[in-house]
Amino acid sequence: MFSAVVDNFDAWRKQARGLLAAERAPSAVRFVAAEETQPSLFGDEAAEAADSAKITELNSPPRRVPPAFLDLAKHVACHRTPGRWNELYRLLWRLTHDEPRLLEVATDDDVHLLRTKEKQVTRDVHKMKAFVRFRRVETPDGERYVAWHRPDHRVLPLVAPFFSRRFREMHWTVMTPDATAVWDGEQLHYGPGANSAAAPQGDALEELWRTYYAGIFNPARIKLKMMRREMPVRHWATLPETTIIPELLAAAPRRVEAMVRAAAAAAPGAAAYLPEARDWASLAAAAAGCRGCDLHARATQTVFGVGNPRARIVLVGEQPGDQEDRAGRPFIGPAGEVLDGALRQAGLAREELYLTNAVKHFHWQPQGTRRLHKKPPARAEAACRPWLAAELDAVGPKAIVCLGATAAQAVLGRDAGKARERGVWQRSRYCERTLVTWHPAAILRAPDAPAAARMRADLVRHLQMAQDEAGIS
Amino acid sequence: MDVRQKLAILADAAKYDASCASSGSRTKREGATLGSTEGMGICHSYTPDGRCVSLLKILFTNYCIYDCKFCVNRVTSDVPRARFTVAEVVKLTLEFYRRNYIEGLFLSSGIIQTPDYTMEQLVAVARSLRTEHRYGGYIHLKTIPGCSDKLLAEAGLHADRLSVNIELPTAVDLAALAPEKERPVIESSMVEIHGRIDEQRADRKAGFRAPAFAPAGQSTQMIVGATPTPDRQILTTASELYDAHRLRRVYYSAFSPIPHGDGRLPPDRPPLVREHRLYQADWLLRFYGFEVDELVTPTLPNLDLEIDPKLAWALQHREQFPVDVNRAPRELLLRIPGVGVRTVDRLLRQRRVRALRAADLKKLRVAWNRARHFLCTADHQPRARDLESLVLRERLTATAPRQMQLFDAAPSAQSGEV
Repeated sequence: MFSAVVDNFDAWRKQARGLLAAERAPSAVRFVAAEETQPSLFGDEAAEAADSAKITELNSPPRRVPPAFLDLAKHVACHRTPGRWNELYRLLWRLTHDEPRLLEVATDDDVHLLRTKEKQVTRDVHKMKAFVRFRRVETPDGERYVAWHRPDHRVLPLVAPFFSRRFREMHWTVMTPDATAVWDGEQLHYGPGANSAAAPQGDALEELWRTYYAGIFNPARIKLKMMRREMPVRHWATLPETTIIPELLAAAPRRVEAMVRAAAAAAPGAAAYLPEARDWASLAAAAAGCRGCDLHARATQTVFGVGNPRARIVLVGEQPGDQEDRAGRPFIGPAGEVLDGALRQAGLAREELYLTNAVKHFHWQPQGTRRLHKKPPARAEAACRPWLAAELDAVGPKAIVCLGATAAQAVLGRDAGKARERGVWQRSRYCERTLVTWHPAAILRAPDAPAAARMRADLVRHLQMAQDEAGIS
Repeated sequence: MDVRQKLAILADAAKYDASCASSGSRTKREGATLGSTEGMGICHSYTPDGRCVSLLKILFTNYCIYDCKFCVNRVTSDVPRARFTVAEVVKLTLEFYRRNYIEGLFLSSGIIQTPDYTMEQLVAVARSLRTEHRYGGYIHLKTIPGCSDKLLAEAGLHADRLSVNIELPTAVDLAALAPEKERPVIESSMVEIHGRIDEQRADRKAGFRAPAFAPAGQSTQMIVGATPTPDRQILTTASELYDAHRLRRVYYSAFSPIPHGDGRLPPDRPPLVREHRLYQADWLLRFYGFEVDELVTPTLPNLDLEIDPKLAWALQHREQFPVDVNRAPRELLLRIPGVGVRTVDRLLRQRRVRALRAADLKKLRVAWNRARHFLCTADHQPRARDLESLVLRERLTATAPRQMQLFDAAPSAQSGEV
């Protein structure tokens, strides 16, 4: 019986070549994995070393084996089971003795056994690529990234080159119980193994990583079995994110409830309140009971559009103010006065027009005893849009004038560029002729008198444009 | 608001996105000193919901001017909002990557101001990673429908994968639930990306050193169950998308969360099993040579939720069985329930050397309980009366009803194994 101690693939390959050349059948060969050897055994092995030397000296040309075998053998070489070297030799023997296509017979016992081991090693390689977690360490020579990982098999030599390609610009160290790999930016070096105590403690980034992990977890689905199968618990000690798994699970029901609440609190929108009949009177009556967003709760009433239900020109404002909210009619406060002035100058009569707002309830915040106008939130505007759309459809104007940005966005869509282009005819989904101009309230808030005058002149001019377009004499 | 708070909000906001693949790219980016893509995706972690964590999957912002009814970030929704800066996303990506937490970045966004403005932010992140930081890891950018071709072109230079969400299976669904989005606009982005990928390939074939353009291709996502649209329509749309735009993947996302107030959406969320069945059917279309018409018909427009689509097909076409595994061509082997693509290829290799026996099949990851009724070998012949039996379906489902509960879309999205 020939026997040899082998501790890596190259050593095994060298021995196996010699043995094949000498036609030594597997039954007459015994490989001993180096990790199995006890100090007491070294005596016997030394005696046989001479034998092995003789065999390699034969120096015969290497036998041809399929490349797939070498790949398989390189992986199986990293497997932790002691019998691997003998199993590989048996397969090699059969491949070179009348069974050259043996590897294609996946169900052959020898092939199946080694393929299974290969798969275990491949999986371990993959898990090592995935689960190594570097920690940044400051040293006098600059920053270093250091990790400690316990692979199931001796796969470090299969993985370290991958890390050197991936983290080329970093100086890093990966420690395992069997061996350590160091990348200095140019070359890989291997050294002896280390235990977990050698790993650096903590990295400030881990808190951020846990935040991400918690955020991306969907508490509405719990699949612990799946998680443990793919991320085995034996690796958890070096995975910083796993420390929060218990709290994530404990908090899951509460988070689901919060998700439900948030979803329920989302403005359902006005669509659900639209009446069957789409004439103005039916719309106005239905809008009075709208709860499509939460603005209704703090407003006195719905302020629906008013005016000529067959108007050729529709003016759209932002939202009712304090006085409009109390009276239930749009444009009757200070901004309404400015508008009336501009209409007079433009030669338009209010009763010829239809006046409405993008948002139908008053949004305000208290200041002392006053209710201060507050720009309506985008979601209120979106929730309210079905009313505006229904009004515009019912009236069917020749021209729409949007007073201010909120109205412009409601009519033209939320393309910021369009909303800022005042005094230019644009096409909207409601009307071929849509125009953006100042909101009268903006004129009231103008920084100085000349600016206010300019804006007022713009407003008048734009109203005249609408009048010319719509053909009101 | 500090980065951590933003991350909490914008990771949470991204968790409904189905795609997390980081595979399919094998590009050496010139001059890159950090990061690699070698073809195989790596799952760096798993969350307790059983899903893998491969990419830093975040939204640039969850502010959005659109009101898509199926989306938690729609303008009318009451969620906390946040917005990253370009520099913040870049730094997060690099710091996570250096510690080997992630495979790369998957960046999407709510739409702020205009599609172009939003897309510019996403492209700025990718550009900074690639050029300033010489980052060579994976980047997936969600493109914003309606953004300019110029931005798409730059996005493709930096990103490994681009995706454009089709959102809903039909234009009618889209008009009802996502009024601001239009099918032609979405598809024109797909056409543009497809065109540029082809152009780049042609250049390379012609010997030019053309820079990579979205080497991991493009994908899309379809929300399932938000409208009554049947599986037949969904699969037809998917199949058309695969053909017309050569998509790598169509992701199906069961309309998720939970109760809501919008009368336009169905009250119960559809079972995740449906999502799983769609992935299985999708796999059959792409790798098993099935046609949509074979899986779902005008009279039976939905997939069977109880059994997988391949078994369902086999039960309706029993005259085609049993298949002789030692003689049948590949196309027929692929039709046997319980035998996957990889197993078929192994069977083909092995039978050239040695005839297959029943014991071999059991060793080769064939789902024997299902498959044995539909195949034969020298030493195994299914009983004819079994194959003709009216209760075969019942018998096949009786063994697995509990398992059905375990089916989840996450693994099937990755493997689609049938």
